[in-house]
Amino acid sequence: MRIEAKILISLGLFFGLMCAVYWTWSLENAGGVMMLFGMGLCLLPGSYYYWWSRRMGPRAEDDPNATQESGAGYIDAFPGSSIFPFILGMGAFFVVMAMVFGSWMLIPGLALVIWAALGGIAEGRRGGAR
Amino acid sequence: MTTTIDRITIDSHDHGDDHDGGRGHDEVHVHDHAEHHGPSGILNWLTTTDHKIIGLSYTVTSVIMLIIGGALAEVIRGQLANPNGHLVTLAQYNELFTMHGSIMIYLFAGPFAFGALANIIVPIQIGAPDMAFPRLNALSYWLYLTGAITMLLGFFVTGGAANFGWVGYAPLSDAIYSPGAGADLWIGGLMLTGFSAIFTGVNICATVFYLRAPGMTLFRMPIFTWNLLVVSILILLAFPVLTAGLIMLYADRHLGTHIFTVVGGGSPVLWQHIFWFWGHPEVYILALPFFGMVTEIIPVFSRKPVFGYKGMIFATLTIAALSLGVWAHHMFTTGVVLLPFFSIMSLLIAVPTGIKIFNWIGSMWRGQIWFSAAMLFSIGFVITFLIGGLTGVYLASPPLDFFTHDTYFIVAHFHSVVMALVIGGMAGLYFWGPKITGYMLNERIGKAQFWLLFIGTQVFTIPQYILGLQGMPRRMAVYPNDPQWQNLNTLSSVGAILIGISTVVFVLNIVASWKKHPAGDNPWDAHTLEWFTTSPPPHHNFFRLPKIRSERPTWDHNHPDAKALAHGKDAH
Amino acid sequence: MELMPQTPQGAPTRSRLRRLVVALALPIAGISLSGCTLPGFGAHQADTTTGQSAYRLWQGFSVVAAIIGAFVLALIVYAVVAYRRKGDTIPKQTQYHVPLEIVYTVIPILIVIALFVATIVTENKVLAMPKTDVAINVNAFQWGWGFTYEHQNAVAIGNTTDSPVMVMPVDTDVRIILTATDVVHGFYVRDFNFSRFALPGVKNQFTLHATKTGTFFGQCTQLCGLYHSIMYYKVKVVTQPEYQTWLSSFNTPEGKVAADTAKQVLKEQMSAHVPVKTQFSRGAY
Repeated sequence: MRIEAKILISLGLFFGLMCAVYWTWSLENAGGVMMLFGMGLCLLPGSYYYWWSRRMGPRAEDDPNATQESGAGYIDAFPGSSIFPFILGMGAFFVVMAMVFGSWMLIPGLALVIWAALGGIAEGRRGGAR
Repeated sequence: MTTTIDRITIDSHDHGDDHDGGRGHDEVHVHDHAEHHGPSGILNWLTTTDHKIIGLSYTVTSVIMLIIGGALAEVIRGQLANPNGHLVTLAQYNELFTMHGSIMIYLFAGPFAFGALANIIVPIQIGAPDMAFPRLNALSYWLYLTGAITMLLGFFVTGGAANFGWVGYAPLSDAIYSPGAGADLWIGGLMLTGFSAIFTGVNICATVFYLRAPGMTLFRMPIFTWNLLVVSILILLAFPVLTAGLIMLYADRHLGTHIFTVVGGGSPVLWQHIFWFWGHPEVYILALPFFGMVTEIIPVFSRKPVFGYKGMIFATLTIAALSLGVWAHHMFTTGVVLLPFFSIMSLLIAVPTGIKIFNWIGSMWRGQIWFSAAMLFSIGFVITFLIGGLTGVYLASPPLDFFTHDTYFIVAHFHSVVMALVIGGMAGLYFWGPKITGYMLNERIGKAQFWLLFIGTQVFTIPQYILGLQGMPRRMAVYPNDPQWQNLNTLSSVGAILIGISTVVFVLNIVASWKKHPAGDNPWDAHTLEWFTTSPPPHHNFFRLPKIRSERPTWDHNHPDAKALAHGKDAH
Repeated sequence: MELMPQTPQGAPTRSRLRRLVVALALPIAGISLSGCTLPGFGAHQADTTTGQSAYRLWQGFSVVAAIIGAFVLALIVYAVVAYRRKGDTIPKQTQYHVPLEIVYTVIPILIVIALFVATIVTENKVLAMPKTDVAINVNAFQWGWGFTYEHQNAVAIGNTTDSPVMVMPVDTDVRIILTATDVVHGFYVRDFNFSRFALPGVKNQFTLHATKTGTFFGQCTQLCGLYHSIMYYKVKVVTQPEYQTWLSSFNTPEGKVAADTAKQVLKEQMSAHVPVKTQFSRGAY
């Protein structure tokens, strides 16, 4: 995970440098704030990965001489089919329509969103255990 | 509601009889312990979480959007063939170019770039069974589809669709100057597609970081996947800014805020800062996937590895880093931005783009070039992007931007660049179409399509460069009665017609090739991991995985005596 | 096994590199700053001093773009022709060549720096704001223009049916103070090689120094709504005596009445959207 961390942290530091130069030179606040948060958005996962990379063991995908045996075993459980993304999508659609056509559309919209949230969590719980 | 959960494992024993002629390569079998088969028919599509089906849905939907946006473009060019055209009214014309631009950028180019081929190809290029978050992936598609429907609904409401340009500058886009549901539908559609993009960005990033096959280190990933990783980071950096801006615009329109209006203490220019802070990374989000596609295709049809692999990655990262610092080159004529900073940053972005072009040429150099349809489209992409990119360098210079901004010079510049992306997209479809569908597209029809599209693109854009320099502004429904302007406009419209015909030829090719010639695993003798599996790949992508020792695992497996070398070294 | 390439086919030595840089920088600087006769590459040799500076910069950029474009296109065409497939042998699998890659990274950076220097020199000329007595307030609105003259009674206003004319003297620095009262508009005169946004709440300032008399066509270049396509105006550059005559025509009784009526119309256009804060843009930072 070290290279992933390095990429994100380098990007973040570059944005920080750009932000410092830009903000002090232009005194323009919108761009300065946006670049500052861009730096934050890169440093946040980057530092997380860096913290983790010092604690985790070597992974097969980071080992240039890995053989398939080294990656053997359980990879993950992948949800094979689920109706809940569609339901959540429809819920989001109605919520957006409520913005345009009237707040009554929030009723079906939020109902679908809540159904999808609860259903999705239950589905994940049922299938994800090892 | 039934749900299936598939547990994927890799065997720890090497199965010796792997139909590889006893070469003894290290392959293992991947087992898919599905609980039971999923639903069938339309319910299968509504509940799918398979990245290949989702990616195919994205491809079909975005190509339909391309056709709708293209149809609007043909009407625009029809109106502009005469200085005082009466094909549409002034009001309809404003809707036309707004929706043409919005559909092409938000509903075609973005989803095609990072939702269509990315979804299908990235997991199989790194040996993953699916995306890291399959249900989130499906949600991204449904948000895209509903967002597209939302935006297009604008045509059917009173007042018509949004008509303030695809950039929606305030105060023109606020409630006083653009009342009506069409504008709100535009905002709502963008919020849905924006979240769709953000979730895809999360998914691609997580997949590339966590689900690579053993031996597939980051620096052995194909350049297409690398570019999409960087695109995902850019999506996460940029799209939330757009979404925030849209919420602010909606608030100004309906919730009584005064963020972008002078009355009340706001600042119209603030919209431009927020919009373009997203808008400039957006154009690289659009371009980098197509760069990646072409970087995969050119080496395959030159029978050589990609030239300058690490340089390509460095160039992509540099483009991404710089792209966050150039947004105000779209605002040079506002008079309120720091011109030298944005000028030097914009000029510098030309350098990594140039590195990429030289690396594409280097990949062809001393190769054995095979002019398949995909290769023709790729070369056409490089040439068209060269033209568009060079004209972009002019625009990085404020004094030159002052007299080209908002003229047809800009329109020609960005159309050169996006038509290059369309040409590259066709290359991607011809190259990976066999892998995804299992059938070849007709090569001869494809080559005919290429010539129509390539020549049409140049005939379409080059007169517009001249028109812009002669002073014709953009977003004009009518123009002064100058015979030279009319001739150039008519010539540009002819180019647009050629592009339209090439799209028809493309659809005809799909129909004519439907389930005709099975493709086999690797019809192009291509290099990367996706060509190791069947066409189309099985559920969860791989029955067997080869040993991965370079960025060309399939090539190394098929041509063990032709490994990549540094310049000056001899093959041993 | 030799790791460094021996042949010079792609690896220029240091002194060659230095000569190449000088060879590139001189013509770019020279062309942009001198004004030697080159083709216009499509642009117009403007009728203001600042427009002419921009024109020369355009020519400089075009020379560079033409050379680079021709060079890269030649490489592509050569590769496509010379390396067509001639059989099934697998070619040498060259994957990288570090010195060459460094060359085509460093040379573009140097070209970019040269272009940037030329840009800054021109930009300082285009955005210069010399002190002057002639100042015109330009107000853009949906869908027309109003021109009022500082310290003068003169005013011109018009809309889509009747384009207004902005009169200004030749060979004089004219300060334009540009704003809008409703949405963003664009002030663009092709013959001056210049445009600037008219932003609500902001007074943009720039200088025009016309070099010849005549009537020049202007248009709005930022989408501003329904009649954006026909928001025309004209700039009429006249001699100094003609300008003074025109100004004094507004000091006669009839002229005063006409001016007051026009100013009232302009005020009505602007009154619905009075800017709360007005900030002067700095022009060049």
